Amino acid sequence: MSKIHVTTTVNGDETEFLCDPRETLLDVLRDRLNLTGAKEGCGTGDCGACSVTIDGRLVCSCLVLGAEAEGKEIATVEGIAEGDTLHPLQRKFIEHAALQCGICTPGILVAAKSLLEKNPNPTETEVRYWLAGNLCRCTGYDKIIRAVMDAATEMREAS
Amino acid sequence: MALDDRKSDFTFVGTRPDRPDGLDKVTGRAKFGADAVAPGMLFGAIVRSPHAHARIVKIDTSKAEAMKGVKAVVTRADFATGLTGEFWNVQENVMAGDTALYDGHAVAAVAATSALDARDAAKLIEVEYEVLPHVTDVDKAMAADAPVIRDGTADGSVPEGMHPNVVRYHESGHGDVAAGFAEADLVIEDSFKTEATHQGYIEPHACLASLGADGKGELWCTTQGHWYAQKHCAALLGIETSQLRVTASEIGGGFGGKTTVFIEPVALALSRKANRPVKLVMSRSEVLRATGPTSSTSMDVKIGMKKDGTITAAEGVFRLQGGAFPGAPMEFTAMCAFAPYALENVRQVGYDVIANRPKQAAYRAPGSPMAAFAVESVIDLLCQELDLDPVEVRLKNASKKGTKASYGPRFDDIGLVECLEAARDHPHYSAPLEQGQGRGISCGFWFNHGGETSVSLALSEDGTVQVSVGTPDIGGSRASMALMASETLGIPYENIRVTIADTATLGYNDVSHGSRVTYASGLATIKAAQAAIAEMCKRAAAKWGIPEDAVKWEDGCAVPSGPNAGDFEPLAMADITADMGATGGPISGHFEATPEGAGVSFGVHIVDAQVDPETGKTSIPRYTVIQDAGKAVHPAYVEGQFQGGAAQGIGWALNEEYIYGEDGRLQNAVFLDYRIPVASDLPMIDTVIVEVPNPGHPYGVRGVGETGIVPPLAAIANAVSRAAGVRMHELPMSPPRILAALKADG
Repeated sequence: MSKIHVTTTVNGDETEFLCDPRETLLDVLRDRLNLTGAKEGCGTGDCGACSVTIDGRLVCSCLVLGAEAEGKEIATVEGIAEGDTLHPLQRKFIEHAALQCGICTPGILVAAKSLLEKNPNPTETEVRYWLAGNLCRCTGYDKIIRAVMDAATEMREAS
Repeated sequence: MALDDRKSDFTFVGTRPDRPDGLDKVTGRAKFGADAVAPGMLFGAIVRSPHAHARIVKIDTSKAEAMKGVKAVVTRADFATGLTGEFWNVQENVMAGDTALYDGHAVAAVAATSALDARDAAKLIEVEYEVLPHVTDVDKAMAADAPVIRDGTADGSVPEGMHPNVVRYHESGHGDVAAGFAEADLVIEDSFKTEATHQGYIEPHACLASLGADGKGELWCTTQGHWYAQKHCAALLGIETSQLRVTASEIGGGFGGKTTVFIEPVALALSRKANRPVKLVMSRSEVLRATGPTSSTSMDVKIGMKKDGTITAAEGVFRLQGGAFPGAPMEFTAMCAFAPYALENVRQVGYDVIANRPKQAAYRAPGSPMAAFAVESVIDLLCQELDLDPVEVRLKNASKKGTKASYGPRFDDIGLVECLEAARDHPHYSAPLEQGQGRGISCGFWFNHGGETSVSLALSEDGTVQVSVGTPDIGGSRASMALMASETLGIPYENIRVTIADTATLGYNDVSHGSRVTYASGLATIKAAQAAIAEMCKRAAAKWGIPEDAVKWEDGCAVPSGPNAGDFEPLAMADITADMGATGGPISGHFEATPEGAGVSFGVHIVDAQVDPETGKTSIPRYTVIQDAGKAVHPAYVEGQFQGGAAQGIGWALNEEYIYGEDGRLQNAVFLDYRIPVASDLPMIDTVIVEVPNPGHPYGVRGVGETGIVPPLAAIANAVSRAAGVRMHELPMSPPRILAALKADG
């Protein structure tokens, strides 16, 4: 099957790739662009480990075709830190021990960042419902929720 | 130097530093199983049986082999022959022989130049099946009319007259249960069932394999035990163990499910045939259909109690279905069942039953949670009938130091009484309940484990330290190893780098399972550090010209002691390592052993459940975990283990289950339908760390990973039963089951 040429922007960098029409955005990120931070936990949009944003909108990259990235701005976990400065969410996840195995962490960070951009002062319930599409099997979510709430507080105080 | 005294005052152990792999894991840099690539890499795909039980008549691979981009097709014929015992069982599971034994059983595999092509090629492999009768339920598999799944599997332990699907039998206990029941004021006997659940790790199995015609290979995989993978892959491929080097990737959860091999031998076989590296990654549906869920169970428990709450006798029969292979952990179920209680009269029986389901794999305290569900439910019924406080009854009967355990040995220092007292005194236990809520408690027990362990610790010239351990870090163990090494050496945590070494670097290490890592690799790390300290003291003694035993190690320095005290300035570690090349060569420490003092583990959970009588839905407004950690090395990750175990238990109790149709096919093989708890399902999970030091570890550490999943099933069942006003006998307590129970109760 002939491939499609796609021009897009990933984490601020202009990027071109060729992909099979059947390939998902997740396949392209991982296998063609070597951005393996987004993970495939299910391939059916149920676990959120592949979360990225497209033009600022939170999506499961396993449910988007690679070809759909044409002309879009993609943001992945690899783009959250600025140089060697971690985003407050990243710092708080480490401080609160909000990860154990770490496989869900990239998706949860992308999703949580997206939440705080829309709602800088979420309640615990709002955080829990926003992250309900991101499965974590290790932590029971307790420390994740605390890390997100704490990062939100710090970001509000800093702004 | 006195290195053998048990420590009780700590500088680093017990603090909460950032984990060493934190940065990699929050930036997406950490490399998990599916994140590796190799030059010339192919992609594999597996063909799986759509039948629960079928004879494989013929496999035609010609169309797939003819497809452009396909480089290899393998079937069972491409694996070693003549295996016996567990090697044979693992091989039978990894790639079916004459018979497909469950829905999802692998029958062939293909490697192609792209993942999409491999998937397409797999569809071109034609398998002709002769469908056979099947059975998936544990009780039905034991019935006289059940189809025989693998005749001749039963071992000598099985009593005469049992169905051939009963493959192992266990019986243990002590005293006279009949006499004990006669002494009781009330005897309750009841039956319970639990459905199989999956470990549900978010990272599917994934590997990258390279095996040459010369029998030398490399394997990268997500695993809880790469030496186990090495040994089993080598056997299944018919190569020498040491010729296969296995590297463990970062592991995206395992919980026992990654203690064996599934796709790794297949990827190696494909690689050998194609002469190129092969990457193989499971889909979620493959994970659910073909990798180890837990056993399903059917259990009968009988307990006698006096009016004052004293248990006079206890008896349990535990039937575990573990898929089409022997190995369901029924002896653990039986042995753990009554372990929390000091009993004069106790008897437990276990049956290992095979059925047409995937081979069960360990899941966090394998076998124990189901037993606790049955036993602690009956204790709760007794408490309700005799109007006794559930915590006081458990305290009255609690095992303590010197108790002869239900499974045989006498307990050493254990923390069950302390956990129960903490539960009794916790504000949660006395908090008022709202309308429609019930409160449940349960004890839980797990043995903990030692296992073969090998650690190497090397000093760098600048006085920093590299620690190589062989147990994959599944929940922050590199942080706890670094804390124990820094405590022993007296140098900062940040000066230590802990690496999970590959199989070519250390001697055999048992799998990261049994809650053994912080205990056994930790003990080995401490001992290896002590060996390095001994050598550093020797170098200092030589430099000062005094006897070796006149040098002691204090706060990261060699210090003259005894009659030489104060004669020389202390030598810091970096001073000794700076010229170690000239003073005798590189300094390192090793420790290899199979430590036996793991120290058993107890926990107590308190849970409130709210049941909606209209919908049957249960919510959990409050949850508290109390557990003995011996000594919490990194308390934040100990809390994390407690919380994670509780959350998995909540899923098991309320929602998760394997649903098989009449056709023997798994009906819910995606995360949408096999629904694990999400953030909005759960409350914050409160934790209390009890510390009763384990005499078998220099710092008193006990493993904490597994016990946390033992009490939830029972604690939640007790809470739900009290909230709903009707006793629940079957898990999961999903809304339809609760509605049915309410209806049956009228």
